[in-house]
Amino acid sequence: MKILLVDDSRTIRNIQKNVLKQIGHEDIVEANDGVEALKAIGAERPDLVLVDWNMPNMDGLSLVKKVRETDKTLPMIMVTTEAEKARVVEALKAGVNNYVAKPFDPQTLAQKIKQTMDKVGAPA
Amino acid sequence: MVHVKVEVGKPFLKRGLAAVADVSGVIGFSGDAAGCVVLSFPSEVACKVASSFAGIEIDQNHPDFADAIGELANMVAGNAKKEFEGMQISISLPSVIIGKQHIVLQSKHSPRIVIPCETSLGPIYIEVGMSVDKATCPTPAATSGATA
Repeated sequence: MKILLVDDSRTIRNIQKNVLKQIGHEDIVEANDGVEALKAIGAERPDLVLVDWNMPNMDGLSLVKKVRETDKTLPMIMVTTEAEKARVVEALKAGVNNYVAKPFDPQTLAQKIKQTMDKVGAPA
Repeated sequence: MVHVKVEVGKPFLKRGLAAVADVSGVIGFSGDAAGCVVLSFPSEVACKVASSFAGIEIDQNHPDFADAIGELANMVAGNAKKEFEGMQISISLPSVIIGKQHIVLQSKHSPRIVIPCETSLGPIYIEVGMSVDKATCPTPAATSGATA
């Protein structure tokens, strides 16, 4: 399973990579913002995207909306400090499949990935 | 994600230009509330906290040092924002300031509250300066349990 990590913090991407490796995912691509993520998705569609909200150039919400214009099924999980109910609703309306609030523990992230992939009927 | 217990001390109003630390992560707020949150550390504590957060040894010269401090400030500010449900508040991308005993000033003259915290890695200071648009500020449902 190819997973795209979209976050402007390399520290967070490294933490996420370590969690993903612990649960058996080695095929990981990284993007620093929404613009880079769109290029990566265009080059090769991943099986799952973890996306931050606040990023330079193109934020996570804009990325999700842009992706959903052409791809309704790509599993996307928002991983962000934006944890208010209104923000969660906004992200879900835009088309994310799941939501993880930072700070997260490895178990929560792993569980949300499994939950998301189970819902879309793909192996986690 | 830093794996340390934080003991929150008694908040106090910051007066004058007293510096509290050597490394600061700064997040600005705008919208119905405007201001900033500053997460400050003595140098050695900042390195320990960044290392614990990233899971690798990080000193001030490491390319990910500022990134880790900035992301921590982002998490503190983002979680604080959650308590202002019903208000439209945007947070900025983080900035990190490094300099022995520096001072972080704001252009707006809102009061600054310092929340001193003790951890097993050393002291951390959270500074909050905020002015709220009273026209959009919802009435708080309850104030019990507030620490400030």
